[in-house]
Amino acid sequence: MAMALIWTGMVTVSILCGLLTGRGPEVAAAAMEGAQAAVELCISMLGILCLWMGVMEVMRRCGLAEKLSRLLRPLLRLLYPEFREDQAVMDAVSANFSANLLGLGNAATPLGIDAVRRMSRRSPGVASDDMCTLVVCNTASIQLLPTTVASVRAAAGSAAPFDILPAVWLASLISVTVGLSAAKLMARLWRR
Amino acid sequence: MGLLFTMTVPLVMMGVALYASAKRVDVYTALVDGAGEGLGTMARIAPALVALLTAVYMLRASGALELAAGAMAPVLGWLGIPPETAPLLMVRPVSGSAALGVGAELIETYGPDSTVGRTAAVMLGSTETTFYTIAVYFGAAGIRRTRYAVPAALCADLAGFVAASWAVRLCFT
Repeated sequence: MAMALIWTGMVTVSILCGLLTGRGPEVAAAAMEGAQAAVELCISMLGILCLWMGVMEVMRRCGLAEKLSRLLRPLLRLLYPEFREDQAVMDAVSANFSANLLGLGNAATPLGIDAVRRMSRRSPGVASDDMCTLVVCNTASIQLLPTTVASVRAAAGSAAPFDILPAVWLASLISVTVGLSAAKLMARLWRR
Repeated sequence: MGLLFTMTVPLVMMGVALYASAKRVDVYTALVDGAGEGLGTMARIAPALVALLTAVYMLRASGALELAAGAMAPVLGWLGIPPETAPLLMVRPVSGSAALGVGAELIETYGPDSTVGRTAAVMLGSTETTFYTIAVYFGAAGIRRTRYAVPAALCADLAGFVAASWAVRLCFT
């Protein structure tokens, strides 16, 4: 329902604003152009997107994701102190984290849901500190190779679609660090 | 360094293929199967992009986006965020496909290798659809009292936007 409100709002605002600023005809033309531009964007993104989904499938089949999740285990024990002894939860959160790093979004979500369900057994109905940490880790993008964005840049004719990688890594690292620090700080202030 | 990052994708492809071959995985079949799934993914995004890019193009043509950017410019300028990205900041935490639509429009309008285009791309690559993720995770576990999850996640988003703007200036000037 939220999207229905947003979309209706966007269209209404643009027509009102267009009429007030005397750009009615431009708005009418744009309504036709937008739909066409969307299809063109999809087609020009499709190549890189499919290629990369293929590479990710190879990563999944050769067990790279599992290997990464085993490497991450010690770090994640620090992030989730309440469940560090709970094997099933640690399995789920580390698999979720490694899937997020590799950009396997479809695999990451069910793993994260499994983790949060197991965590919720200790505090039904209330988000524990570790559950908030899990959510922050999943709402801050930690994907190493942002391929969808790169394919949009390629579609727009970028000279080197992946030259933003260092900037993306830096921004992601800062974002996750700030999010986790904010969570740790708020955990002290926000008693249950 | 620039060459290394440009070569990341082909190098990762080679590395993964060699590792998979060593593990006796049929690389080619896996690659083609995955690429086929890419078609499905695109089919799922496409209808939302048609709906949202139509609305975004209308907003752009009406001048509403410039007005929003102008209204937010003082705050954004103080944070070091390019004011042109204001519409992206507003939709990013709410809808992934809307953010992709707005971001693609910015990248197209200002050029993929411009500061605004790069900043929009880095913002898209370093933040997530916060409200959707929280709804899915806590909804599945029946969590009603979410405590500080939303404010903490929004802190991460804001930090991501500011960091994206700084990182682009740091890496490309």
